[in-house]
Amino acid sequence: MAADPTGTLPLLSEQNIVASRQMVRALCQELKLSLVDQTKMITAASELSRNALIHGGGGRMRWEFVERNGRRGLQLHFEDEGRGIEDIALALTDGWTSGSGMGLGLPGSKRLVNDFEIQSVPGAGTRVSITKWK
Amino acid sequence: MDRIPILRMGDILLVTIQVDMQDQTALQLQDDLAGQIAKTGASGVMIDISALEIVDSFVGRMLTSISGIARILSATTVVVGMQPAVAITLVELGLSLDGVKTALNVERGMEMLRCTRLENALGR
Repeated sequence: MAADPTGTLPLLSEQNIVASRQMVRALCQELKLSLVDQTKMITAASELSRNALIHGGGGRMRWEFVERNGRRGLQLHFEDEGRGIEDIALALTDGWTSGSGMGLGLPGSKRLVNDFEIQSVPGAGTRVSITKWK
Repeated sequence: MDRIPILRMGDILLVTIQVDMQDQTALQLQDDLAGQIAKTGASGVMIDISALEIVDSFVGRMLTSISGIARILSATTVVVGMQPAVAITLVELGLSLDGVKTALNVERGMEMLRCTRLENALGR
């Protein structure tokens, strides 16, 4: 499957999480990432997609290929208009959870990628951007 | 929703996960296995994940709780065939699968279940 260089997928159901993993796999293959890097990026995407669905009440994943200093990378944005995160530092702590999860989603995905950015406004929503460089 | 089949081989239940599971499918498998262990009195459960390209925290948690449930129902669980890239990712994610027995492949997994059964029979 040749993936579009930029695009958006909805994250409104569990099926969409499966679709986002499959899309990220295709995008990683397009970038010719190593198998380990592909696995890490798909796993991070799965965690963040589930976060957007469960904690954000649904949202979307946007993707784009980016370039910096002659290196190509894949950038993914997970956006929702949910209740947001009050304390981002706390949410990035291993094992801290607001619900029934294990509290690994955010801190774990951060470790799996090269760049990780999070913006959240309580009551307005959350955006997490991750990048994996080739 | 897909449902993962559970095969019975003597007193061992064998599960091969070959699809990219939805969260509901993973939870259903957990319920189905608990039911099958109780019904058949199986002493071992083998879960083959060699076809899985990723294991995220949800599936990791499912593997941990299946092992726990099976243990309470007096069965041993062994997870076999994890791909190296998946193992590397799991550790970096922070998931150590505490309490989950693992083996490199089906053959070694069977060996492990046989040994555990023998030890249990000898009352160790």
